[in-house]
Amino acid sequence: MAHFDEKAKPFSHKWLNERMAVDTVKKVLSTEYWIPKDINFLWAMGMILAATFGLLIISGIFLLMYYQPSVESAFDSVNYTIMNEVGYGWLWRHIHGVAASVVFLVIYIHMFTGIYYGSYKRGREMIWLTGMLLFVLFSAEAFSGYMLPWGQMSYWAGMVITNLFEGFSPTIAGGVANFPGFVEWLRGDYVPGQAFLTRFFMLHVFLLPLVIIAVIVLHFATLRLPHVNNQHGKEIDFDEAAKLYKEGKKKESKVIPFNPVFLSKDIFVMGVYFILFFYLVFFHFDFAMDPVNFDPADGLKTPAHIYPEWYFLWSYEILRPFNKDLGLIAFGFAQVAFFLLPFLDKSPVVAPANKRGLFKVWFWVMIVDMIVLTVMGKLPPEGIWTVIGLVAALVFIALFVVLPFITKNEKKA
Amino acid sequence: MKEFKILAVVVILSLITYWGVEPFAHSQMHKHVEGHNFVYDGAADIAEASKEKVAAKKAFWGEVNQIAKLPGNAAAGEALYATCMGCHNGAGINMGGVIPPNLDHAGSLYDKNYLIALIKDPAMASNVDHKYASTMMHPMGAVQAMVTTPQQIADVVAYIKAKKVGKMTPQVAYEEACGRCHADRYGNLTQLGATPKFKTEKEALAHQMKVLDEQDLIKKYMGKLPPDLSIMIRARSEQYMETFIENPQTQLPGTSMPRVGLTKEGYESVKAYLEETGDPSKDARHAIGPWVILFFVIFTVLAYFWKKHHWKDLH
Repeated sequence: MAHFDEKAKPFSHKWLNERMAVDTVKKVLSTEYWIPKDINFLWAMGMILAATFGLLIISGIFLLMYYQPSVESAFDSVNYTIMNEVGYGWLWRHIHGVAASVVFLVIYIHMFTGIYYGSYKRGREMIWLTGMLLFVLFSAEAFSGYMLPWGQMSYWAGMVITNLFEGFSPTIAGGVANFPGFVEWLRGDYVPGQAFLTRFFMLHVFLLPLVIIAVIVLHFATLRLPHVNNQHGKEIDFDEAAKLYKEGKKKESKVIPFNPVFLSKDIFVMGVYFILFFYLVFFHFDFAMDPVNFDPADGLKTPAHIYPEWYFLWSYEILRPFNKDLGLIAFGFAQVAFFLLPFLDKSPVVAPANKRGLFKVWFWVMIVDMIVLTVMGKLPPEGIWTVIGLVAALVFIALFVVLPFITKNEKKA
Repeated sequence: MKEFKILAVVVILSLITYWGVEPFAHSQMHKHVEGHNFVYDGAADIAEASKEKVAAKKAFWGEVNQIAKLPGNAAAGEALYATCMGCHNGAGINMGGVIPPNLDHAGSLYDKNYLIALIKDPAMASNVDHKYASTMMHPMGAVQAMVTTPQQIADVVAYIKAKKVGKMTPQVAYEEACGRCHADRYGNLTQLGATPKFKTEKEALAHQMKVLDEQDLIKKYMGKLPPDLSIMIRARSEQYMETFIENPQTQLPGTSMPRVGLTKEGYESVKAYLEETGDPSKDARHAIGPWVILFFVIFTVLAYFWKKHHWKDLH
């Protein structure tokens, strides 16, 4: 055991330091957590995500005080009680709705930043994998939350998505991948109903947030040792750079401490983001709240167009142009494709995509393809849109199939 | 500067995606219906009429437009209006499927041409003639036997337009124009009007029974119970609401919803009520929004100086 100073006052700095090593913890996590200096504002997306997640939790807590998870009263508890009766209930709901949509925009920017700068390989694989896991968890969180207002789109999106779990047709491979009864088990009923709503409520407000918080901690932990990447993918000797910084040679050092130097830039970027965010909350929230969901759920009336929220559209469009079984395979592929990135990219080069020959082409084709898929996923599947959607889906699959081949022979820049 | 270039790429790609999934996708999903600025001259009805109907529609609206040119005598109209009172008496009794509307503000709510057309042939005016083999079967069909000549029609309409006018609250406009078929539960309205407070549960249940009976009659008449309009203002776009109310057939072909024949002023009042129950936070949003944004502008400026302070000796 360490030496204890018997005279130290309880809870004084010294007292705490002897028990919790607060000085060391502070150094490791904050003042001597070194971040490369060669970065741009895209490096602030992680903190922006953390802040948005915080907003979602706070606004969610306020909504939870009035929301009623019952098929009879859910719709009115949201649209009447919270929107009309509770003081500033509308504000919390609009913050929650807009944040749920915008968080995905930032997730995609964060993800594509990682891909562009090659921040998913050479020691950073676990950062990428935990990040992708967070993407899946956020998707589940968004989907379960979308069920709660119990509007037409909640009901029908719930119907369509749970139907996917039926598996492949019984005729495929003797029916091994067909799961009769599984959909009903998931729903707790033959169609989405009370059991369905209550379990998605539980997932949305308890289990998924709990797991998300745990994985966020894990995501941060995976980041601590390999350190954040930098704009040129340069390998940095962090010990040496830290020594220079601590000696006051800030100009020569390639790193900055997380707190306060990196954070000061993060908070500035966050400020700019919040201006946009609250503009959306007050003056342009409709994009995040589909009009169809302001009609109460009605199991006897299918809406003319059923589509997911914008952030699921690309994978929805990979499912849609094919028949049931092929679509399911393609959809499954789309869900795991990004997870596999560190293993499909065979090049050891960590550099911005624009400096990586064929990978540059791959990256920009992927971005354009994702946007095309997203737009086609919302358009009605008719005429030319179906054709464009099918081509874009095939391009997506092809991109991940050719990736190992185009990166294998990449020369070091 | 490099950061601005990166920002430009991110912003442009985000905006393209936004444009694709919002304005563009919605323009492709919903057919565009041209509004006609609350003018009821039959042009829209004739344009959409089937081959068998087009001649009848042309003749009908031709006559309506002729009657509109006759100078109406409000004094003569008043005497004739007494016959209207037989049904439009505010007694709240269902007649042939629906409670006849209160006409206290009919002159402000409804368009002159529409009123002429309605008295001449209710089914044709409401553009629901597909529901009736003969107009006499329309709940208001009997009017054809009461007010018969073009001059009589012009007189009654002149009376309504001169005397049945006045300021009305959005709720009154809504109740007169929509409230007999559509409930608005967030506004505490059923098809029988505002639900009063009851002292006993028994009285409340008795009232509920009356509402259910009324709804059954409407259901029988309309084919289904017309939807509650509490938050319709958020469930449909502005353009949809306007064109739907002008002529329901354009957005929902074959619907049993009749044209309501609202004037621009009448529509604005009804819309104001739908906003009151469906989107009551509008004023608060506009009042608070700029201050919150100003707060973050100041926050950002201060954060910028803080960042400058920490980064000044790094390069």
